[in-house]
Amino acid sequence: MKIAVCIKRVPDSETRVKIASDGKSLDEAGVKFILNPYDEFAVEEALRRKEQAGAGEVVIVSVGPAAAQETIRTALAMGADRGVLLQTDTIPADGLEIARALAAEVRDSGYDLILFGKMAIDDYNHQVGPMVAELLDLPCVTAIAHLEIGGGKGTAEREIEGGVEIVDFPLPAVLTAEKGLNEPRYPALKGIMAAKKKPLEVKPASLGAGGLEVLALTPPPQRKEGRVVGEGPAAVLELLRLLREEAKVL
Amino acid sequence: MSKVLAVLEQREGALRKVSSEVVTGARRLADGLAGRVDALVLAAGSVQGIDQLGGFGADTVLTLTNDAFGRDAPEACTRVIADRAKAGGYRAVVFAASATGRDLAPRVAARLGVALAQDVTDVAVEGGAVTVIHPVYAGKALLKLKLTATPAIVSLRPNVFTPVQRPKAGSAETVAVPAPTGRVVVTAIKPATAGTLDVAEAPIVISGGRGLKEPANFKVLEELAAAFGGRAAVGASRAVVDAGWRPHADQVGQTGKTVSPTLYIAVGISGAIQHLAGMRTSKVIVAINKDKDAPIFKVADYGVVGDLFEVVPRLTEEIRKLHG
Ligand SMILES: Cc1cc2nc3c(=O)[nH]c(=O)nc-3n(C[C@H](O)[C@H](O)[C@H](O)COP(=O)(O)OP(=O)(O)OC[C@H]3O[C@@H](n4cnc5c(N)ncnc54)[C@H](O)[C@@H]3O)c2cc1C
Ligand SMILES: Nc1ncnc2c1ncn2[C@@H]1O[C@H](COP(=O)(O)O)[C@@H](O)[C@H]1O
Repeated sequence: MKIAVCIKRVPDSETRVKIASDGKSLDEAGVKFILNPYDEFAVEEALRRKEQAGAGEVVIVSVGPAAAQETIRTALAMGADRGVLLQTDTIPADGLEIARALAAEVRDSGYDLILFGKMAIDDYNHQVGPMVAELLDLPCVTAIAHLEIGGGKGTAEREIEGGVEIVDFPLPAVLTAEKGLNEPRYPALKGIMAAKKKPLEVKPASLGAGGLEVLALTPPPQRKEGRVVGEGPAAVLELLRLLREEAKVL
Repeated sequence: MSKVLAVLEQREGALRKVSSEVVTGARRLADGLAGRVDALVLAAGSVQGIDQLGGFGADTVLTLTNDAFGRDAPEACTRVIADRAKAGGYRAVVFAASATGRDLAPRVAARLGVALAQDVTDVAVEGGAVTVIHPVYAGKALLKLKLTATPAIVSLRPNVFTPVQRPKAGSAETVAVPAPTGRVVVTAIKPATAGTLDVAEAPIVISGGRGLKEPANFKVLEELAAAFGGRAAVGASRAVVDAGWRPHADQVGQTGKTVSPTLYIAVGISGAIQHLAGMRTSKVIVAINKDKDAPIFKVADYGVVGDLFEVVPRLTEEIRKLHG
């Protein structure tokens, strides 16, 4: 089982968002970066599939700055075999550019599975995985919460509004991971030590400007200062009056 | 003339609610481009509710039928939609950022070789270009983007684009089409508990957190939801999903669903940043929490400080009277 996992280095979700002086990007000073949580599910799934098959290779691929090497090492510490960093200082807003770079890297390399997170928690784009699938003309199932593989085929479950779809697909395939797919392991000290010696190839990413131009990054509109209507069940009538007469939602 | 393609969704032959939102968003773009809206729906047969769409601003409504479209058929749909978008010379293509639309839009964009602005909360035409607002960093910032390629492809966050009625009837047509066979096949759909609305789409969401104390107590919220007469869904914080009290499908927040209901009621939820990420675009937020310092009160329009086991049953009783 040869598996590629595409991972992204993202700001921790606890980050206080400060906008840079250009008014278009995040001020990264003091920001802690992590492996995108959905990609962690993808890495874990890849490791389990390789373990189940008893043989194979798990390759981590990322497009990002030099510092993304650390993020790749995190995945190597979990147990992946080697990493590839397509290095760039700036990541274009257009996910198709990322998809093109990743597709070029994993194309024709004999992967049985190419795994992604369902979305990156910084850009919320939900797009790079299915775009890569389309560019490589591979079958693709997005946002999977359960996976079974056997005999050159797979079955996945994906949540849709009001239900769960059971989806069959042949390998090789592109899958994107939803929370609940598995419980990612924590890298053990031994894994962390071993990761330092695993191969990590760094090469420049070739990225176009893409079709999305960032005009501005702004704080969300402040929600109007809320108010406490009252305490205990006695406040219910006033709450209902406000919902009806002021907010007009009832 | 500039044309905008609105890609609608149906399930089991009934048009989904997001479809009127998609037409509304598409109409806004078409107005900015002085163009027209063509609505497109792929289905196994005729679709109920399609005749309403002219009223939301669709100039034409085309139903393409094939047995394959009875269930999600991502590969076939991608090809059919991309071919239409190309052949029709569309300036923009609008999807819903639903489970289906979020999956389809990137495939269509990649097939056409153009950018996609996914999950947007606003669309506009400025100086002839399509611009959008897309929440990023768990809703802690808004990205304003200009789409420079044609067609501009966008998907709209459900529940944000309030359908606007227009006094106009569109023409409707149904055409049977061949569908390419896909490699990915949906073999079954397991419905969630019968009759429950999905949190991502319900106009009212009542979410419970660790303050509920134990799974059985969610009955208190289900009764409140029922009092709203089928318009409300029960959501959950991650803490209770991780504890196995509620299914992941109900989780609201960064690692769950993003919801924008008209009314969001957070019950026994502290209001962690990752929870807020999923619900801060709700129109009106109510918080019920016994801790007056809980962060949820900072985003709530209306707060009630108190024991949920006293406040919620009282609220249910009063809502029942309203709807009684
Ligand atoms: C990467 C990451 C992703 C995450 N994603 C999500 C996500 O998608 N969604 C999410 O919700 N969380 C998410 N979290 C978790 C989040 O940080 C919080 O831990 C979680 O939201 C807390 O859930 P809670 O509010 O139910 O519990 P608590 O924080 O324990 O809050 C319980 C609240 O109930 C109140 N309470 C207790 N008893 C009563 C009573 N009788 N009456 C009234 N009020 C009462 C308490 O005052 C308290 O405010 C994520 C965390 C991380 C690190
Ligand atoms: N810069 C990147 N490098 C490698 N993989 C990425 C990158 N950006 C996104 N991905 C992958 O695509 C998934 C979806 O990201 P997005 O479409 O940006 O929400 C992520 O979970 C990753 O698996």
